Amino acid sequence: MSTTSALGGVVRRREDPALIQGKGLFVDDVNLHGMLHVAFVRSPFAHAKITSVDTAAAQAMRGVRAVYTADDVRHLGLLPAQAAAVGRPLLADGEVNHMGEAVAMIVAETRAQAQDAVDAVEADYDRLPVVIDLKEALANTNLVHEGVESNTLITWTAPFGMEEDGLNELRAKIDGYKAQDDVVVVSLEMVNQRLIPVAIEPRSVVAEWHAGYQQMTVHSSSQSIGAVASSVAIMLGIPYNQVRGIAPEVGGGFGAKLALYADELLIPWAARELDTPVKYTETRREAASNTIQGRGWLGTATITGTRDGQVLSYEIDAICDLGAYCQDLTVAIPFLGVFVGSGQYAFDTRMQLDCVVTNKQTTDAYRGAGRPEAIYYIERIMDAYSREIGMDPAEVKMKNFIPSESFPGATSPVGFAMDTGDYAMNLQAMLDSPEYGAMKLARDELRSDGKLVGLGMSTYVEACGFGPSALVDLGFSWSGYGQPSAFNGSGLVRVNPDGTANVIIGTGPSGQGHQTTWAQIVSNELGIEMDKIRVTHGDTKDAPVTIGTFGSRSAAVDGSATFEASRKVREKAARIAADLLEASEADIQFADGGAHVAGSPDKRVEWAAIAEVAYQPHRMPGGEEGGLEAHAIFSPGNATWPFGSVACLVTVDPDTGDVSIEDWVSMDDCGNVINPMIVDGQIHGGIAQGVGQALFEEAIYDDEGNLLTAGLIDYPMVTAVDVPSFNLSRTTTPTDVNPMGVKGIGEAGTIGAAQTLVNAVVDALAPLGVKHVDMPMRPRRVWQAIQDAKASA
Amino acid sequence: MQVSMTVNGQAVSGDVDPRTLLVHYLREDLRLTGTHVGCETSYCGACTVIVDGKAVKSCTMLTAQAEGAEITTIEGLAENGDLHPVQEGFWERHGLQCGFCTPGMILSAVTLLDENADPSEDEIRLGIEGNLCRCTGYHNIVKAIEYAGAKLRGEEPAPAEWEVNA
Repeated sequence: MSTTSALGGVVRRREDPALIQGKGLFVDDVNLHGMLHVAFVRSPFAHAKITSVDTAAAQAMRGVRAVYTADDVRHLGLLPAQAAAVGRPLLADGEVNHMGEAVAMIVAETRAQAQDAVDAVEADYDRLPVVIDLKEALANTNLVHEGVESNTLITWTAPFGMEEDGLNELRAKIDGYKAQDDVVVVSLEMVNQRLIPVAIEPRSVVAEWHAGYQQMTVHSSSQSIGAVASSVAIMLGIPYNQVRGIAPEVGGGFGAKLALYADELLIPWAARELDTPVKYTETRREAASNTIQGRGWLGTATITGTRDGQVLSYEIDAICDLGAYCQDLTVAIPFLGVFVGSGQYAFDTRMQLDCVVTNKQTTDAYRGAGRPEAIYYIERIMDAYSREIGMDPAEVKMKNFIPSESFPGATSPVGFAMDTGDYAMNLQAMLDSPEYGAMKLARDELRSDGKLVGLGMSTYVEACGFGPSALVDLGFSWSGYGQPSAFNGSGLVRVNPDGTANVIIGTGPSGQGHQTTWAQIVSNELGIEMDKIRVTHGDTKDAPVTIGTFGSRSAAVDGSATFEASRKVREKAARIAADLLEASEADIQFADGGAHVAGSPDKRVEWAAIAEVAYQPHRMPGGEEGGLEAHAIFSPGNATWPFGSVACLVTVDPDTGDVSIEDWVSMDDCGNVINPMIVDGQIHGGIAQGVGQALFEEAIYDDEGNLLTAGLIDYPMVTAVDVPSFNLSRTTTPTDVNPMGVKGIGEAGTIGAAQTLVNAVVDALAPLGVKHVDMPMRPRRVWQAIQDAKASA
Repeated sequence: MQVSMTVNGQAVSGDVDPRTLLVHYLREDLRLTGTHVGCETSYCGACTVIVDGKAVKSCTMLTAQAEGAEITTIEGLAENGDLHPVQEGFWERHGLQCGFCTPGMILSAVTLLDENADPSEDEIRLGIEGNLCRCTGYHNIVKAIEYAGAKLRGEEPAPAEWEVNA
């Protein structure tokens, strides 16, 4: 059906027909004539000197075209990154710093030949002491990098911008609270464990060099194809416009396909060296050990408050695991935790996040990136405090929220300006919802049956929709990749001579449905039918700025740019239509594929008629220039701050420790919604990833630095039987930092989820005396917590 | 070695290295790239195809083992341009996001509904336990399969549950 779409309407996704018929194009589907294949020789050790790498035998093998080591690629420099205190060599250079680090690269005629040749490369190592434990890393017992005198690369503190004197005063103030009569101090050391992002599509890169045109084409399964293209251009010493970066379908990203990877440079480099197309697709094992990991905090959270639920202060001291090298935004990820600070609350807050290097794979952005960690600690300790004073957690929250009167323009206790919010309204909406009422009834029923049953609750706020140009000054931009623009949005809207429209955007999906949502934005503004709007993304030849999809930014930032570009086109079209219809420009309205005069739907011109004038400039009214297109760059005034309330009901099997989720309720507020179906889908998936962290997932390195969870058998993922259907509802508090009032929803589900489950399990086990269970709450750990509680009872 | 089989109704034959996995034969020799490789360990299910009526993870089967078999891949599911009800269900109920696990998930759902025409939610969840999806949290995949089940039984599917903005 050919219709125009209003914002807020459900439209089936335009990307689906190809994907449900197996006709989508993913990078590994790209197959070029004569294409060579790559496999990497990887370090079996977490920390060692490389004494020799002998490639002669591998080079002599059938089908092998080249074997490269650090000696061949050293001149290309380190892997570019935005905040690289310790950068990564493209191939290990004299030393390896985590298991799986690439030592040599083999290019062969088939993938099997390349993989066979891996075993023929003889590398010798002298092992060095490994740094795995975070407290040992902080103590500098051993150093990860020779010449870097401390494993702690940076310490983030909050309130943001407060100097040491101020922090000392704050410490003294909080000590004063603790010394008061009748206060309780609740403190817990908790792990927010390392995770492997696990997009189901492994990363893949295909590069082709056209020597005649000096043109490089790079296909990569990337969330930020602009960063890939500009970095390749710099490395190859050619201008940006001689590199075309293409991210076709991207099979899930979750932050892990945001960072730039060494293979995204090495594959194009080899393609030019060999003047032949080259492909590399990582194995699942490589995806586990060499694609970035997430989280990895060990922290102590402390609440000081009165016995009647008034919190006086919140403190968190945490060690954050950076892994071996800085890639992309590695050191900045914990800083995103500083952004959200103590969440939605108005009390004094002090944070100290020591960011340490270890002999493990790099950590970087994984769905939520710093914000799930920060919200986990505040929401777990708020729950523990509520339990300690015997008050309903919802009541304690209501007492301590930043009041709605502070918005718009509230400043968080850690010093950040927030856009809009009404936390009490949102929590009350969840408490009043029939779904939550049913959950409470079910809890009481199960409890009376003698089951171990718990109801857990969490609220959350996040900072997303990055972002304002000025973030460049805080180190958030892609300038490290030669992209001078900050995290601005880009949208280009062109109405063609036949009245159809092309929309070219600076961001691209990895499942978020940009083709549908962006067509809705343009259709809503211009009244052009959905099926006459074509959205192009993920191709650097088309878009001047391609920052990408991350930090729940696409709709709020690039969507806003597209909205503004549409508006510019509409204004020009209105002048043409007014001239054609002999009406006032102010009376022109757009709907159903054309323009009409307000109140006179018969006085109407189609878009093709308007475009005809635009492409015959001599007919343009007032001598205006021809053409009917506009480009907009959008820099929002602030990040956006979505928020919400979440509750779940669990039962725990006392004999096995197995946790079962019986019911789930979420009340999210992401401002205005463009497509409710897509927004709901984002929340569903986000919740499941939070459930995965809470119940199953953990990247486990042993004492020697071996990754023990490098396959999906050892890294249990959430399956369909592990989650219930979710009950989603919304409140709507539009942001004032962009024209559509949208806040972003990609990460909210995850940010609200994990602690909700832990709070529920602790609620179930509290009668036994359990105060905390660390994630992942696998059956054995829960069972052990039950046994320990029984033993000490 | 020589192999021959029927893929999506077409007789095919070829000469393959004995170690060739079925998924690689489908993707690389037949260029049916809708079947995806996600984990190479028969765990994720992205490579699921239908072999003689059963859902099979094609990364765990040698091409030689498929000698003489009747195989349906995602490309062969729609008939004469009409989507299979499971495909339609995934579209109507937003059962996919990135689309990478989708072909395998759809084919598993097809065999699930072949074996059980009116599955409960729990039976659907158990039936697709061997197919991992990282995007959807399975919520809408379950709804999509319920939609398809209703269509296949000639019933009206339950309405969608989106809360549309006023």
